[in-house]
Amino acid sequence: MVDSFRPADQHELSRRSFLGVSFAAASGLFVSLYLDPDSIKKVLAQEGPQPPTQAKVYPPDAFVNIRPDGKIVIQVNRLEFGQGVQTALPLILADELDADWANVVANLAPAADVYKDPMFGIQMVGGSGSIAHSFQQYRELGAKTRAMLVAAAADRWGTSADKIRTQASMVHGPGGQSATYAELAGEAARKPLPDKVRLKNPAEFRFIGKRVKRLDSRAKCDGSLKFGLDLDVPNMKVAVVAHPPVFGARVKSIVDEEARRIEGVREVFEIPLAKGTGVAVVADKFWPAKQARSQLKIEWDFTGVERPDSAELWTRYKQLGLTAGNVAVSNGDANAVDKIAASNRIVAEYEFPYLAHTPMEPLNTTVRFDGDRAEVWAGSQFQTFDQMAVAEVLGLKPEQVTFHTEMAGGGFGRRAVADSHVQREAAAIAKRLRGTPVKLVWTREDDVQGGYYRPMHFHRIEVGIGPDGLPLAWRHVIVGQSILAATPFGQMLIKNGVDQTATEGTADTHYNIPNFHVSVHHPQVNVPVLWWRSVGHTHNAFVMETLIDELATRARTDPIAYRRKLLKPEAKKPLRTLDLLEQASASWRNNLPKGHALGVSCHESFDTGVACAVDVSIESKRPKVHRATIAVDCGLAVNPLTIESQFQAGVGFGLTQLMAKGAITLKNGVVEQRNFDGYVPPYIVDAPVTVDVHIVPSTEAPTGCGEPPVPVISPAVVNALARLTGKRYRTLPLVNI
Amino acid sequence: MATYQLNVNGQRREVTVDPSTPLLWVLREDLRMTGTKFGCGISACGACTVHLAGVATRSCIVPISHVGDRPIVTIEGIGQDSVGRAVQDAWVETDVVQCGYCQSGQIMSAVALLKHTPKPTDQNIEESMGGNLCRCGTYPRIREAIKTASAQIAKGGA
Repeated sequence: MVDSFRPADQHELSRRSFLGVSFAAASGLFVSLYLDPDSIKKVLAQEGPQPPTQAKVYPPDAFVNIRPDGKIVIQVNRLEFGQGVQTALPLILADELDADWANVVANLAPAADVYKDPMFGIQMVGGSGSIAHSFQQYRELGAKTRAMLVAAAADRWGTSADKIRTQASMVHGPGGQSATYAELAGEAARKPLPDKVRLKNPAEFRFIGKRVKRLDSRAKCDGSLKFGLDLDVPNMKVAVVAHPPVFGARVKSIVDEEARRIEGVREVFEIPLAKGTGVAVVADKFWPAKQARSQLKIEWDFTGVERPDSAELWTRYKQLGLTAGNVAVSNGDANAVDKIAASNRIVAEYEFPYLAHTPMEPLNTTVRFDGDRAEVWAGSQFQTFDQMAVAEVLGLKPEQVTFHTEMAGGGFGRRAVADSHVQREAAAIAKRLRGTPVKLVWTREDDVQGGYYRPMHFHRIEVGIGPDGLPLAWRHVIVGQSILAATPFGQMLIKNGVDQTATEGTADTHYNIPNFHVSVHHPQVNVPVLWWRSVGHTHNAFVMETLIDELATRARTDPIAYRRKLLKPEAKKPLRTLDLLEQASASWRNNLPKGHALGVSCHESFDTGVACAVDVSIESKRPKVHRATIAVDCGLAVNPLTIESQFQAGVGFGLTQLMAKGAITLKNGVVEQRNFDGYVPPYIVDAPVTVDVHIVPSTEAPTGCGEPPVPVISPAVVNALARLTGKRYRTLPLVNI
Repeated sequence: MATYQLNVNGQRREVTVDPSTPLLWVLREDLRMTGTKFGCGISACGACTVHLAGVATRSCIVPISHVGDRPIVTIEGIGQDSVGRAVQDAWVETDVVQCGYCQSGQIMSAVALLKHTPKPTDQNIEESMGGNLCRCGTYPRIREAIKTASAQIAKGGA
């Protein structure tokens, strides 16, 4: 039941005794320390997400609780959904704290101001920012907590702090005295919070930089770990929603007699959706709710509702691609390509379909509304927005909504939705069932057909090749819906009509192309779109890395050498990864069996450089990736084991877009795929057999590893296919080879 | 509604549900054993895999009325079995999981494979694990963990 595993809610937290004695009042626990929702806009109005200007003070008692039994409970300020942050952040804090790792317990923190991302100013996971943004924060929290324990020991033993050392949750004095952290916790809590603390030199790290295993493995292997969908709150009901067949349609009439006859069905009623309306079915359990939904006869009102159609969209997009759009970057002569002989020009058109995220755990949210307060349980990448949305639907203030962060079964961006449409549905249902907790479950069909896809994109590129075989002129038009336009970030972050999430990976390329012009069209389409792990890099890296490869082939130059030659000297990370890739793949790269080919790619995203080499053959008319060698430069490697995991598996996720059925398409407004039979992501046979990951040694600031694995794999694989077949692959999904 | 006597992880359990209710939802909601996961509902992802009379079975499409007296083993019970324990340990040792949501099903499929084929080839692994989807893409480590478990079982460690 809930109480045995729930993370502490705000009430528990506010009376939690850090180190035995609460000093919440002294440290200002839960005072809005840096940003409130209104100031998000101010922050975002600047150049992009910027660190807030106010001095940040993170009270250790909101993050660390040293219990009398010696367990050290560390609050994780963001969602765990596979990326390993539930291990990495405690590891960072525990290192500076000199904690005994065997006694560290991680908790996903509820929604609260103190847990907002230090850079973004909202509580969220995105942009591969967990470690990049919270590394320093968690180090300081650990070091400050340690300093307070040391100060307490110094008092107790009548000595000075500098004569005291700490190790594995023990404090040792100069005269052989020792005490456990748990014994000193009460005294330490009365010590002032130090303004400044010395952080360790990298040579002193005990956990950072080591291959530390995940804290959540065992519970994920024996069935005991509870995800949001596994919640079992007393008296809980289960709801499903019948969504309109076309985005934004509204319920005209409902015939629900047969649905209501199903035993266990409690309520059937219309609810507002983010766009249009739907019909909620509430039952004692999931199965009757789902059965009842299938018995509903709903007439829909499509008045004024656009019915997008993939075939028509391609026609429209291709037409748009013939003309320049809003300019993202213009270096040199935009029309230089026209002055180059046709024999030295390449005109390439690329098509990328809509893609669904389909995290393994279907979307869900549980809400209980008690009139003057509410409680929410959700695996959310956007706690701040989701909490505000529930509050708005229920007519409450956000602080009246206790928001528990649940462990989530994947997400890849799908649990970071600015309109909080799932939470709004759940809240609308809970409002009607006042006092009764309701778990809203989106079935896989709701998910596959429910929108919020990686937008479809068309790219048209004209490249003019110079006498040295390098690109001299590059004119590039991108057509695709803006993701940011439909979010509160849109007004601030879309500049000159350019949504940079559509151009990232191209407009900011590290390749040195003297005449470089990129523009973009953002058509309006009645399909909700969203960031999909690595966002614009999913298609931009594919375009750049396949075209660059084509140019390398044309120039009869080694693909690694060609890239190295073309990269700007300041592109340190990509250059380092190419060097490491060349070395790490040397044993196999040029000795491939007959029928196999090498594919190479190199791409920086989210400040992490990645280079990739794959060994590919064609089996049963599909690419078989026998091996992938990856070189990564992510600054200081906080947990090399997790980084290796993210890359080994993340490249498999990236292959989604090469799957024969890796596309969401629409016909007359209706999504044509329903489930994993029509939209088929990679299974074990489709993924690389082995992936070896090599990390560039670095002491630079750590950068993210959640998204950067994704962009490199698809271009590397099709570059290998091109060597095998002589064809270039520019239309995804990859239906025929 | 009908009443069914089930044998779950060696224990006798009784449930009264609609006969069409899939075994998955009986496990999750009536018996409150949530280790078996809902992923697709059409036997396309394998997250709901349990052993039914020793056979790896997608519980999301098996109506409870079809179960009969066949013993059911779930992720909560597989650790009582030596092969099951070896697989779980190999999974932890290899740090396979990421989001972890599909791993109950992956482990149940891997145990069924190793019971039948103690030293599986890559092709055996691809065939037996071929219907278990992992969106995180942990497949390379799943292969590795199966081989680790296989070696452990061969050593008599399980």
